[in-house]
Amino acid sequence: MNVLIRNPIRREVQLQGKRRVKRLLEELDLNPESHIVIRDGALLTADEFLHDEDRVEIISAISGG
Amino acid sequence: MRCLKCRQKAAVELRRHNSAFCSPHYLDFVATQMARNVKRHRMFGPQDRVLVAVSGGKDSLALWDLLLEAGYPASGLHLRLGIGDYSLRSAQTTRAFADDRGAQLIEFDLESEMGFTVPKLSNILKRPPCSGCGLNKRYLFNKIALDRGFDVVATGHNLDDEAATLMGNVLHWQTDPLRRQSPALAASHPGLVKKVKPLYTLTEREMASYCLLKGIDYVMEECPNATGARSILYKDALNRIEAQSPGSKQQFFQGFLDRLKPLLQGEAAVELRECALCGQPTTGETCAFCRMRERAEKHSPKPGTTSKVRG
Repeated sequence: MNVLIRNPIRREVQLQGKRRVKRLLEELDLNPESHIVIRDGALLTADEFLHDEDRVEIISAISGG
Repeated sequence: MRCLKCRQKAAVELRRHNSAFCSPHYLDFVATQMARNVKRHRMFGPQDRVLVAVSGGKDSLALWDLLLEAGYPASGLHLRLGIGDYSLRSAQTTRAFADDRGAQLIEFDLESEMGFTVPKLSNILKRPPCSGCGLNKRYLFNKIALDRGFDVVATGHNLDDEAATLMGNVLHWQTDPLRRQSPALAASHPGLVKKVKPLYTLTEREMASYCLLKGIDYVMEECPNATGARSILYKDALNRIEAQSPGSKQQFFQGFLDRLKPLLQGEAAVELRECALCGQPTTGETCAFCRMRERAEKHSPKPGTTSKVRG
């Protein structure tokens, strides 16, 4: 699957194998309390399965100030 | 995961509430939270003129959207801070939001009004950009609201902002800021406008989710000056705790409001008088904003034009 991490620094990661959203965030060391995972414009909950053909976006919700 | 209300597929999980919602019910949940906060703290009523401080980020745009949806004819105030492309994108995003909804937007350009931008101010004063930026915002939100006859200034501070500020204040035992930290600050002086934070029970992730589900285009990039900010460090620490123990942020901040804050109210309140230069309330002879402005003007050309109003 193709994972685009939008912010704070834009980067793309390619991963193989079915896994849940929760597991993806753990692997990328991203806190589920401060990140949102999106597939095809839909927000995903932690229990959703992701597949090899998926294109996934991850958005950080944290801002300073 | 299924929506608590309708059993359809959930879009947002709220572990601290042990619940999850589909998109329509999630948007209802956020609107209900805001309405409850407004009522609980008597923030404002239908007759009040509300000015929303709008940066172009998720929280302030979501707040403005929620207020307009709830029937409050709220106006927006956007400060153009002069922080390069970030400020340009913030102004464009805020304008587009206001134009789409036919809402009144007041824009205040620091450089043309005051003769300095946040980066210039930082260079002149030899202070971090965030300190001058914060001082500008606090002063100008109040002054512009007062001059234009608004009853209340609403800001998009969320639960993460409030919990992180509380953590900073507690770590350094800043008792004065602790006493003032509140979802609603009354106008305690004729020169002060009431300040409210209707989103204080909602997290950053919840506000970003609201914007994404509602199709609100917000500035996702971080202010370049916020890199390494203490507030982000505190938010990260609190979110690490939250991930292991859902509800901790809410308990931390709500516990402060319920248990500690009443004990601090007995502390002597600071006496306010009028600034000799601008007339705004201050504790000294001149206010911090005028002192900062005087120093900046010594190094900058004289300012000129007035703020623009759209809508």
